[in-house]
Amino acid sequence: MEVADKLVTMVVALVVFAAVIGLILLVVHLLERRGVRRVAWWFIGPTMLLITVGLVYPALRTLWRSFYDAAGTSFVGLGNYTDIFTSGDQLVVLRNTVLWVLVTPFVATAVGLVYAILVDGARGEAAAKALIFLPMAISFVGASIIWRFMYEYRFYDPDVENNPNQIGLINQVIVWLGGSPQNFLLNSPWNNFFLIVVMIWIQAGFAMTILSAAIKAIPTEIVEAARLDGVSTFEMFRFVTVPSIRPTLIVVLTTIAIGCLKVFDIVRTMTAGQFGTSVVANEFYTQSFSAGNQGLGAALAVLLFVLVVPIIVYNVRQLRKADHR
Amino acid sequence: MSAVQIDTATVGPPKAPGSGESTAAAARRRLSRPWASLFAVVLAVLWTIPTFGLLVTSFRPAADINKSGWWTSFFDPNYTLENYETVLSADSAQSLAPSIVNSIVITIPAVVLPMFLATLAAYAFAWMSFRGRNVLFIAVFALQVVPIQVTLIPLLSLYVDIGVSGTFWAVWLSHTMFGLPLAVFLLHNFMQEIPGELIEAARVDGAGHVTIFFRLMLPMLKPAIAALGIYQFLWVWNDLLVALTFAGSSRDLAPMTVALLNLTGTRGSQWFLLSAGAFVSIIIPAVVFLSLQRYFVRGLLAGSVKG
Repeated sequence: MEVADKLVTMVVALVVFAAVIGLILLVVHLLERRGVRRVAWWFIGPTMLLITVGLVYPALRTLWRSFYDAAGTSFVGLGNYTDIFTSGDQLVVLRNTVLWVLVTPFVATAVGLVYAILVDGARGEAAAKALIFLPMAISFVGASIIWRFMYEYRFYDPDVENNPNQIGLINQVIVWLGGSPQNFLLNSPWNNFFLIVVMIWIQAGFAMTILSAAIKAIPTEIVEAARLDGVSTFEMFRFVTVPSIRPTLIVVLTTIAIGCLKVFDIVRTMTAGQFGTSVVANEFYTQSFSAGNQGLGAALAVLLFVLVVPIIVYNVRQLRKADHR
Repeated sequence: MSAVQIDTATVGPPKAPGSGESTAAAARRRLSRPWASLFAVVLAVLWTIPTFGLLVTSFRPAADINKSGWWTSFFDPNYTLENYETVLSADSAQSLAPSIVNSIVITIPAVVLPMFLATLAAYAFAWMSFRGRNVLFIAVFALQVVPIQVTLIPLLSLYVDIGVSGTFWAVWLSHTMFGLPLAVFLLHNFMQEIPGELIEAARVDGAGHVTIFFRLMLPMLKPAIAALGIYQFLWVWNDLLVALTFAGSSRDLAPMTVALLNLTGTRGSQWFLLSAGAFVSIIIPAVVFLSLQRYFVRGLLAGSVKG
């Protein structure tokens, strides 16, 4: 397809969309004149229709599908779910997912919080924050490429004279320090941590931004009063800062945790889930589209849903509590 | 709206140092400052080096990239724009230009459609009374928790049935559907903050809902719509899963993320393409993001529930 064709398609789509919306608004306008109530349905109609077709119906289909075998022909009950919790490969996937969800939120939030406090009120704060924040604007794919380059490994034999230069910075640093380079993405289970580093690198900026805003919103009187009482820097952090931003901390931790449950792009780009690095969201893709096991794929998707729900419920509850205070 | 809602002003420039602190505290602060600053600088450097390294690499000749580390180029400078020329040129076989066009063609409607539909729906949920309003609104809110993985396969067969599979329509529709719940929810919250008297007054003056929507709501909601628009823009531009599922790997449809993923499959030997390509894909969202950061942060603070 030529560039012009693509652009024309896009303009056509926008015009069709505008026409549909124009029609709806015209109907609403005419109905209203005649005093007909319930014009609301014309406003929410398109949204409800799209949500039903795009989310509700497919979700139910997938749930149903998860009780069928790979070909989708015979009913296997909870068979796919049993597979997830008993087969060795799938248990590795579960272990990795747990690793992602436990490690990433806490490390990313800790880094973000420490950095937010360190640069708070410092000269050049905005620039300092932008440096940490920038990875957020980079796609997961872009970030993964950046880190694959950091981890890049060149064959190395300590007994040979002329080893090739390392072009990945981390391995070069190891060589400078007298060690031998590692193929970071190959050795399970450690390679999982090297993948997690990418997510931490991206999410720390998110945590920092939100926590920084929360810290700045702590009333000055509280901080001043604590200062007059002569609390140390650590006490200030422990007894003033952290309690004041607790609700925000929870939001940040849970948001990153949910992101980790759904992480797909990073695993796909770094290792494609090989070498024992797959996670639920990636395994779903592999099973559904490459391995041809749609039943198991569906069960993994449902599992993802089941794992996300409690985190969100907890999050919403905490927000409610904070609102009532 | 939520506990983390913070005035945009506080996110902006640093505030002046406190004037009322005790001398002892001030002294202690001054003592710990150098260490704090050093630590902050170390973190900032650690966070920047990976991107910087790839950026430097993208300006090095392909042969050099595979021979030596990017840091050596500071002592032996040899830079070129060749990688970018290869990536951007219209006719080279290794060009990423088609996928850049695809990214743009995918993103614009995938932002405009859900934003407009969500604003309409949010208006009705916030300012019109109709039967089942609360139940439907809660349903929309609750649908945010559905991971898109759950929907992909049935949607794909649906697209095949109606004949839009393998076209931009499938990608636009999907992004619109997936973006709606969060957008409706957040815009509804913003809308409720607009004083009801304004709408009452307009209605007394004989304005219908269409007039109120265009004359009153859209102008007042500009910041919220901007924030969410940026969010949706970044989401769509950076998306891999939806594009991979519905657009596949064809040069006619695949956006930059998919094109770059395909390049990584070649065992990293093409770093000259990957590095330049990655930066082309980064530059557009980065510019949008940095220039509209203020709005975006506000949107983030309001929408931290989305995953």
